[in-house]
Amino acid sequence: MSARLLKHGAPSPVLVTAIREAALTGLLVVVLAVPFLGLKIENAGNGLLLETRWPAAFIAVGLAMGGRVLLVLGREWWHRPAVFDRFPGTVFLSERPLWGLGMAGILLALFLPLLLPNRYAIDTATTLLIYVMLGWGLNIVVGLAGLLDLGYVAFYAVGAYSYALLSLYFDYSFWLCLPLAGLLAALFGILLGFPVLRLRGDYLAIVTLGFGEIIRVVLTNWNTLTHGSQGISGIPRPSFFGLPFGVAVEGGPVTFSAFFGIAHDPLHRVIFLYYLILVLALGTNAFTLRIRRLPIGRAWEALREDETACRALGLDPTTIKLSAFAIGAMFAGLAGSFFAARQGFVSPESFAFLESAIILAIVVLGGMGSQTGVVVAAFVLVVLPEWFRDFVEYRMFLFGAAMVAVMLWRPQGLLSHRAPTLRLSPGPAPPH
Amino acid sequence: MQITDQTPSTPPLLEVEHVSMRFGGLVAINDLSFTATARRITAIIGPNGAGKTTLFNCLTGFYRPGVGRMTLHHPVRGPVRLERLEGFRVAREAGVARTFQNIRLFPRMSVLENLIVAQHHVLMRASVCTIAGLLGLSRYRRAEAHAVGKARHWLERVGLVAHADREAGTLPYGDQRRLEIARALCTDPLLLCLDEPAAGLDPRESQDLNRLLRSLRAEGVTILLIEHDMSVVMEISDKVVVLDHGQKIAVGPPAAIRTNPAVIRAYLGEEEDEPLPPEITGAIGEEGKAHG
Repeated sequence: MSARLLKHGAPSPVLVTAIREAALTGLLVVVLAVPFLGLKIENAGNGLLLETRWPAAFIAVGLAMGGRVLLVLGREWWHRPAVFDRFPGTVFLSERPLWGLGMAGILLALFLPLLLPNRYAIDTATTLLIYVMLGWGLNIVVGLAGLLDLGYVAFYAVGAYSYALLSLYFDYSFWLCLPLAGLLAALFGILLGFPVLRLRGDYLAIVTLGFGEIIRVVLTNWNTLTHGSQGISGIPRPSFFGLPFGVAVEGGPVTFSAFFGIAHDPLHRVIFLYYLILVLALGTNAFTLRIRRLPIGRAWEALREDETACRALGLDPTTIKLSAFAIGAMFAGLAGSFFAARQGFVSPESFAFLESAIILAIVVLGGMGSQTGVVVAAFVLVVLPEWFRDFVEYRMFLFGAAMVAVMLWRPQGLLSHRAPTLRLSPGPAPPH
Repeated sequence: MQITDQTPSTPPLLEVEHVSMRFGGLVAINDLSFTATARRITAIIGPNGAGKTTLFNCLTGFYRPGVGRMTLHHPVRGPVRLERLEGFRVAREAGVARTFQNIRLFPRMSVLENLIVAQHHVLMRASVCTIAGLLGLSRYRRAEAHAVGKARHWLERVGLVAHADREAGTLPYGDQRRLEIARALCTDPLLLCLDEPAAGLDPRESQDLNRLLRSLRAEGVTILLIEHDMSVVMEISDKVVVLDHGQKIAVGPPAAIRTNPAVIRAYLGEEEDEPLPPEITGAIGEEGKAHG
């Protein structure tokens, strides 16, 4: 509304506009600040005490009004009619810079352990990559096939517990369990897929949400198998193709450091895990990019666009949906077994609904179907909160503010450009 | 053109016998029988709510009629009973393709991709359940090149080749209609069911559509057409089936349909049984007798 005033209103000098908008803003902030900042309820032993903090409310109102004046003046200075107009609705980044961005990101990821050889940075990067991989996996289900899945973390849990249980009861190694975890998760994906074949949109979301909770509740309560909420600890760490990372012991197995004749360093394992998840995540990405160009990938997208038209063209929605669920779940399973191997400990707590919500937020924020968008969004949602750990009280606030901002400016996600999977004519895309 | 289903050289491709479809108490189609001759254009007309689209939905596997038989005489597979096929198999196994009254494209995919999705089965077979495709084997690449070639052919035919790499949803309305027809043609249909293809087209586009449908007929595609635009119906159809309230009220060549009193009644409204005041009856008496 304010933008319109500035553009089409009576010939008002900037200052008048600024004052008018500042007054409106001030009014709004007064309404918000009086109850939120101005009044505070204290627990005074035998009752509640109402405390007033008027200075804080005044400061908030002043800041908001001053900010609004600066915003209006700054807008004029930029010769931009409105802040919102600066983000066009269609193409944000063309393909070429996006491709360059991707390559730069991969290079950076490859050399990160050399650039930042400290445990904290590599651990954070590993966590980021787990979420990137989960985001890429969910992108197949939500972004490509258009099936809103709120219980994706269930497959992550299946993968993690597959490795934990197989190693606990059968002493299987990580490298054997990794593909098994992927297969088991895919199987659960199909298992979930069958009952929800007829459901779409909101109904599908609710059932998948329920499925996620079922898995978590089963893991919590099946004490004899899963040790319930205590979780499973002492999960063996993955070896470097048979070479363990521990300190060399007399008579023990040949360790990684001993084999290569270097000094033992606990960082070796951290770096190895980092590269392992990097390979898994990039594999997921390569698979998705490739399968998008194959009939099954196009069928997923066609199903997202119009299921009725798919049926009329002879595409079988059942197999298309099940394959999307299965393949999406498989990647979550792989990520899950990596997670179990990295932590050495799994408990149902790690697979709460919040995790599903974060993964879905990564996909939606990134721009449904955009692979690069997932990385950017995962960075925003996983690494930034890590950096702002000092402002821990404000984390959720910033999280919410970021989500609101994206929904206002980029409702289609940060990177929503979709490149056709094949072209009739070579050369740049025609203007949309 | 005076071609009726009695012409011996052209056997019926589609035989609909005693089909009824009801939704609860509503009878959408009541004991409907007709045939569609191979390599001919059969138009289905009728007032709104006559059951035309319901008939299409039955033929293309979206509804299963309660009673009746729908037989497609496939040149290779022999007679195929459409009502026995699972919905999505109709396109593949009987060669029946359709378009929709409210266009149903894949709007965020490119024009070309829309046509490639229509060739899903050929490509899926060539990609050997995705594995050969993942490995990038030449067999799959050849199949894809062939599919692109077919898509290009139909894009040229409907005049959209210049827009092949555009997002389908950004095309103007008339182009979207033609793209939907091209997409249906990419499935190599024996029977093409078009649900109001001329709706919303300007006269020039409508003429282009007539030309396209005529050339398709010449190439051996059998067309079943729902249309309200009488200029299209009268100009290109070989046979017209008229429905009203789910019942067939007339069938025949367009010229005969144009003068059929039952059809005129269905479209212009029935004369009510209620007796009119004598002064009015007297005034319209001449006209009333003419309709007889």
